Order: sequence, then C-alpha cells, then structure tokens
Amino acid sequence: MNDNAKARFNGFLLSAAHKIGLFLAMAVICLPGLWIVLASFRPTVEIMAKPPVWIPRDLSFDAYIAMFSGVGQGGIPVIEYFRNSVIISVTSTAIALALGMAGGYAFARFRFKAKSSIFLGLMLTRTVPGIALSLPLFFVYSKLGIIDTHFGLIVAYVALNVPFTIWLIDGFFRQVPKDLAEAAQIDGCTRWQAFWQVEFPLAGPGIASAGIFAFLTSWNEFALASQLTRSVNSKTLPVGLLDYTAEFTIDWRGMCALAVIMIIPALVLTFIVQKHLVSGLTSGAVKG
Amino acid sequence: MATVSLEKLVKRYGSLEVVHGIDLEVADREFIALVGPSGCGKSTTLRMIAGLEPVSGGNLKIGGRVVNDLPPRARNLAMVFQSYALYPHMTVRENMGFSLKIAGQKPEEIAPQVEEAARTLDLTHLLDRRPSQLSGGQRQRVAMGRAIVRQPDVFLFDEPLSNLDAKLRTQMRVEIKKLHAKVQSTVIYVTHDQVEAMTLADRIVIMRDGYIEQVGTPEDVFQRPHSKFVAGFIGSPPMNLKDAEIADGQVVFANGDRLPLPARFKDRVTAGQKVTFGLRPDDLYPTGHGIHSGEDADVHRQDLRVILTEPLGNETLVFSDFAGAEWVGRMLNPRRLSPGEALPFCFDLSQAHLFDRESGRTLRG
Ligand SMILES: Nc1ncnc2c1ncn2[C@@H]1O[C@H](COP(=O)(O)OP(=O)(O)O)[C@@H](O)[C@H]1O
Ligand SMILES: [Mg+2]
Repeated sequence: MNDNAKARFNGFLLSAAHKIGLFLAMAVICLPGLWIVLASFRPTVEIMAKPPVWIPRDLSFDAYIAMFSGVGQGGIPVIEYFRNSVIISVTSTAIALALGMAGGYAFARFRFKAKSSIFLGLMLTRTVPGIALSLPLFFVYSKLGIIDTHFGLIVAYVALNVPFTIWLIDGFFRQVPKDLAEAAQIDGCTRWQAFWQVEFPLAGPGIASAGIFAFLTSWNEFALASQLTRSVNSKTLPVGLLDYTAEFTIDWRGMCALAVIMIIPALVLTFIVQKHLVSGLTSGAVKG
Repeated sequence: MATVSLEKLVKRYGSLEVVHGIDLEVADREFIALVGPSGCGKSTTLRMIAGLEPVSGGNLKIGGRVVNDLPPRARNLAMVFQSYALYPHMTVRENMGFSLKIAGQKPEEIAPQVEEAARTLDLTHLLDRRPSQLSGGQRQRVAMGRAIVRQPDVFLFDEPLSNLDAKLRTQMRVEIKKLHAKVQSTVIYVTHDQVEAMTLADRIVIMRDGYIEQVGTPEDVFQRPHSKFVAGFIGSPPMNLKDAEIADGQVVFANGDRLPLPARFKDRVTAGQKVTFGLRPDDLYPTGHGIHSGEDADVHRQDLRVILTEPLGNETLVFSDFAGAEWVGRMLNPRRLSPGEALPFCFDLSQAHLFDRESGRTLRG
C-alpha cells in the first residue's frame, strides 16, 4: 500500500468513527423524546412492563382522545392550559427581549458608572435557584392579590429571563462594529434609525437566540408555576401534567400525550427561528 | 460646497484634553490633509467635524453656520472610515443608496444615482454583491461610492487607505485625486502617511499632541518647515537633524566637526546658541550626483566615508559618516559604491535649516 492509499484509508476510518460517535450521541439525546412520543400511544401495562416491551404491539390515539373529551371522561382542560402557556410565554418573552435589547445595547455601547458591578449583579441573580424563591414570591403575590393570574407569572418569568437576555444580546451588539452606526448617522439616520436599520438587523441572530431561550424557559417552567397558579385561570401546561397524577396512580400514557402536545409548539418555534440564525452576518463590515 | 472653520476647537475626554483649541480655515473645494503621528488627535478632530464627537469648546462652522451641537445628519457631509464601515447585511447597491433611502427618495430616483456613482468608480459589476464578497480595494471603492452618492458639502476621510497594500494604496491615491477633481467638494483627509498628504492635498495641516504645528501647501511645509518636528515629519527619507552650537560664525557639532553658517542665518543666531541643524537628503550628495539649488558659494565640499547604501534604481540613498553621526544623502545617476569608500560630498547649505534646540522653532525669518 502506498502512502496515499494509506492516508485515504485512515481518512475513511476517521469519518466512519466520526459518524458512529455522532449516531450514539444523537441516540442518547433523542431516545427519551422518542420514548415519550411512543409511550403516549401505548397502554399503561405495556409502558410499565418488565422486561420492557421494545416493539409496541398495541398503538392507539386513546390518550389524545381522552385528553380532549372533557372533565369526567379522563379529560383535562388542555385548551385552557395551552392558552395560558401561550399568553404567558409569549408576553414574558416579548418583554424580556425588549428589556434585554435595551439593557444589552446600553452595556455594549455606553460608558456609565458602576457598569461592571451592575452587570455582575444581574448575573448573580441567576445563581439563586428559582424554587428557593417560590415561597417568598408566594407570600408577596398573595398580599398583592396576583396569585393565579397571568400577570403574576409573566412578571416572574420576565425577572427570570432578563439577566440572560441582557447578557446574550450585549455580546451580539459588541460584535457589531461601532463604525456602522456612525456611518448610518452620517448617512442621515437618527440614532434611533441607525439602531433599527443597521445594528438591530446585525444583532438579529443573537436577539432571536435570546428569544428562543426566554420562550423555552417560560414554556417549560414548573417550580414557580406550580406554586403561583391554582386554576384554569392561569395554570400552564407543565403544571397541567400533574392532573394525571392521582393519589395512588399515575396515568403515564396521558402524561406523555400532554408532554407531546407541549413539545410540538416549542419544536416548531425553534425550527422557524433557527432558520434566521444566520451567523457571521457581520463579516465584511470592516477591513479586508 | 462649503467652507469649514475651526475656531479654538477643544476636545476633552473627562479631564483629559486631547485637542487644545485649534484654529483652521478650510476654503470651499479645498483638499486639506490632516497629518501627524498616531494619537495626535487627527481622528478626534475629524469626528468633531462629522458630529460623532461632541465639541468641548470653541466653535465649528460649516458653510459659515455654527454646527457645534447639530447631529451628523444635519451637517450634510460624507465620511469614509478606515474600516470602511460598509453595512454587511446590504448589497453594494443598497449600501450606496442607503443615504438616499433614508432621505426618503423613491427607488426609481435612487437607482440612476447609484449607477452613476458605480460607473465613476468602476463598481457596476459588483452592485449585487455583499461587502463580505469583495476584496479590500473593492470595499474601499464602495465606501467612496457611498460617500459620493450623497453629494455632500464636505467629504471626510479617516485614513482610508491604511488597510490596503502598498500598490493598491498608490492606485487609490490617484483615484481619490481624480475624484476630487471631478466632484469638486471640500475634502478633509486624515492620514499618518506624509506621502499621501503631500501628493493629495492643496494644503497640509501638521498636528502634534493636539496642537497644529503648521499649515501650508506641500511646497511650504517641505521647504519652509516652522519647526524641527515638521522638518522631521515631512519628507522621505527624513531630513538629517543634528544638534550643534554656533561658534565663530560656524555650526559646530558635538565632536568638533564644523560647517559654515549659511548666509541667511548670520543675523539670526548668537554665538554659543544651541541649535539643531537640518539638511535634506536631496541637499547632501556625492559631487557630480546632485543638483545645486542655490549659488555655488553656498556649497560646502567635504570627503565623507560611506557606511551603507540603499540602491533604489534611479537613485541611491547613501548613509555616510559626518560629525560622529549618520547622515542620509541622495545620489542621482548612481554608480555602485562600496561601504567604507571615501567620497567627495556636497552640502548644499542654501537649503539648510536651523532650529532653536530649546523651542524647536525655525530660526529663519
Ligand atoms: N474615547 C476616548 N477616551 C479617552 N481618550 C481618547 C478617546 N478617544 C481618543 N482618545 C485619545 O485622544 C488622543 C487622540 O486620538 P486620535 O484622535 O484617535 O488620534 P489619531 O491622530 O491617531 O487619529 C489619543 O491620545 C487617544 O488616546
Ligand atoms: Mg486615527
């Protein structure tokens, strides 16, 4: 074998190993999700069977039908939960993004007193686990009378997300050269126009990532929501999962079905936004 | 078309003053170059004119109107940045038409203006590319195109060529000169490269540490530098500047070597005065290989030992030993020299300069 053939063979081995490694990693990441989807179609006996039944024998849509068939026939108020989740997640994401953009821009572009301390302070709020706050929040909220309202959860989620959105968006604005906004101002823009015409589109991917993150955090949050919600007025989908637990039994199939309902919008949104996450958009702005 | 006046213009960053009350009158359609070493306040001055930095003191007038507190968009100027600052998310066409779009012009009005500018700069075939798909020189031209589309009163350039390689830089220099001849706007051009300033500008402003050292035509600043700093900054290779003292009507160097005191300084120096003697390489040449600018009486002849030569083809730079230091001379119609060789040299003292060593100011009237 000459050297070229050897190198080619090594390359082939390497790419094969690469692919096998990737496959294993993807399997570990994806299998639980697929298992949930599968479990939502199978009767409880099959889910709980030991040893596990790998090949499903008995698939049905029963869980989904039951879920929508009203209280009393094994149904839960899934439409209301879904509505609450959407309202709370979308609103809190929008607010967190607006604050994140304002704050991130300020940190990236302006000099002001105690800048790094403020930044550090914001980040430190993230070190407190949300669940540790649930009891104090509960007291404050019940005094204010905002337990079991959309408003209460939105406020909590905005507070949860803002430090992160500021941090992420700050990083992206830093990557947009300052010269660009200045060039835009010379080209006739006001500061405001320069921001929207030039800096915003260039930081767009970062803002979209921050948006996905904030949305998913709110959409999946359970610890705070389970304390601060009571009824269909404000219960979100993660809290709704608990409807499938009774004193002695858990309806695993129903729970999985609801989980699938929860996952779908998150997946769809992520895919839609991800298409716009074109990175390297700022390349070519400066120098050669 | 507009004049630009700086009146006692000051820039402070907090308590740090970086531009110390400079005065400058730029005439309509004039090409002014601001030169000086890095950090001397050229960009800061330009950015104040552009409106990107607030003015800390004094007045800034464009077209006779005080614009101190007007935002950039109200000053009708265009700026080419060192980094080009092209909008990466727009095509060349959109980049060039951006200012017109912001001004509210319709697409069908914008298109012909952009195409006209693109023709001028030979960018037509690149109009639909994005900045990331262009070479450095092309980006540079797009940046200029974006500026001319605006038809501004004043063009501002901040070291526009410093990111290009030497050959492209020479080429773009010519294009900028042609462009100025064509658009006939006032231009303020910042560079740290004195060759660029000399070749492009009607007048050169030499800055140092936030002060203006001298303002003058290229010939002015080259032939009549007001200070040692200007003398050393303008010209390539730089002027020979050596410390000396005046004694017995002669210029006496530290090691005792002497040169006659040029006639026109006779009444301007006193015995024992500490001076800096300056002579351009053009005025120090092996006998028969240079041009006298003055009368023969002003030429001092002396044999010097050659230390090193730099042949440039049409001429050779000769580094030779005099007064215990290295002096650069320029040899026209060169022949081959070997280091260590002793040669008769001419010092054309009619072109010599004398500066007061203390103040650095010129001693000529
Ligand atoms: N934002 C700033 N804050 C403080 N000092 C600054 C700032 N920008 C520039 N300077 C200082 O002002 C001086 C002039 O800078 P500049 O105008 O950029 O010089 P140059 O002539 O190289 O363009 C420098 O000493 C620089 O350190
Ligand atoms: Mg500069």
